[in-house]
Amino acid sequence: MTRFTLRAAGLALALSAVASVTQAHNAWLLPSTTVLSKADTVSVDAAVSNDLFVANHAPLRLDGLQITAPDGSTVKPESEAKLKLRNVFDVNVAQPGTYRIAVVNNGAFAAWKDKATGQNKRARGTAETIGKEIPADAQDVTITQSAGRIETFVTVGKPSALKPIGQGLELIAAGSPTDLAKGEKATFTLHLDGKPAKDLEVTVTAGNTQYRDKLDELKLKTDDKGQFSVTWPAAGMYWLDASTKDSKTTVPQAKERRLSYAATLEVMP
Amino acid sequence: MHLRYSLAPIAMSALFAAPAIAAGLSVNIEIPRLNVSEYHRPYVATWIERADSTMAGTLAVWYDVRTKTNNPEGEGTKWLKDMRQWWRRGGRELAVPVDGVTGASKPAGKHQLSFTEGSGAMPKLAPGAYKLVVEAAREVGGREVVTIPFQWPPTAAAQPVAAGKEELGEIKLELKP
Repeated sequence: MTRFTLRAAGLALALSAVASVTQAHNAWLLPSTTVLSKADTVSVDAAVSNDLFVANHAPLRLDGLQITAPDGSTVKPESEAKLKLRNVFDVNVAQPGTYRIAVVNNGAFAAWKDKATGQNKRARGTAETIGKEIPADAQDVTITQSAGRIETFVTVGKPSALKPIGQGLELIAAGSPTDLAKGEKATFTLHLDGKPAKDLEVTVTAGNTQYRDKLDELKLKTDDKGQFSVTWPAAGMYWLDASTKDSKTTVPQAKERRLSYAATLEVMP
Repeated sequence: MHLRYSLAPIAMSALFAAPAIAAGLSVNIEIPRLNVSEYHRPYVATWIERADSTMAGTLAVWYDVRTKTNNPEGEGTKWLKDMRQWWRRGGRELAVPVDGVTGASKPAGKHQLSFTEGSGAMPKLAPGAYKLVVEAAREVGGREVVTIPFQWPPTAAAQPVAAGKEELGEIKLELKP
């Protein structure tokens, strides 16, 4: 049962591009601290929920967890714990500079009609395995590729430049994503496979949504250069998300690729 | 008037070594006595900002200088980032401790700092508008920033004053042409 719930959460995540059809839950990482003055440990919550940042629905699967140190090396999470409503892990941030903590989901899902019963069936897998999930006699098969990134950033000392990923949707901050302050304007560029993503909607929502009546999210749009800017109305943790779809699939048979991006950003008072 | 810590030598060397033409400034910082159940001396950063809010130079940083070996609670540098404005403006560029700039946190009372342009912690300043900024952050307490704008070089001796409400008392800037 738990397993099924987790899968469903993962699927909801992969399907966040269809948010217009059914309200998908928000997937988020919440670091205990984003700005440190010395090497230390940061604790990170990972969950999927409607309320930001309240772990009241399901944990976020950490299969695709990738922690990158300022020098580009990979850092292993520590003290990982799988809880019922959230997953938790520690990151030993030992180097000066900016760490990228990301959960990357690259997969594929399939939908088809079972020949014998006529029932609708669905399966989720990777680019390699999705073919095996579908019976040979399945009808009306549609395969969709998904590429999602959920991330956050932590800086020890002076921020360092982040190496762009160049794949899927990603956020590039002018300056550092850990250098945001109330009342100041921050400029970002959204990239799709390393190129500016034009005319894409970006949503920025302040945390603590459970303590206000309106969501009050900022709905922004990237310009011709893929840029957008935010003047932070208040200090706090913010969740930024964007999604899109295209036909640049790498999975055989897949016609559509759904891309999603979410980042947790801290704004200082 | 307490001049208890290590800033006396700077003031002295400024008096004797600097040529008479160099302008300077003094800062008097009052750390208020607070009636709280758990009191820790505040971390205090004092610096000069240009008109565009960029850092011209850090004059002084007072923090818990203990290290892991002599403090079971860990290194005091962990909380330097709580002086948020200073940290963002340039504190994070410094590798503490810095001779003549960083020192131990100070008790309640008035503390005097003196600087001569181009020597010690005070950089040479191009003529223009500046701000003296004093930021205090206290463990289990609050944070406060007090700013005094001034013109450099000073044409006449002046003593602009500002005061904090919670974490800082009277801040007195003395401009010496």
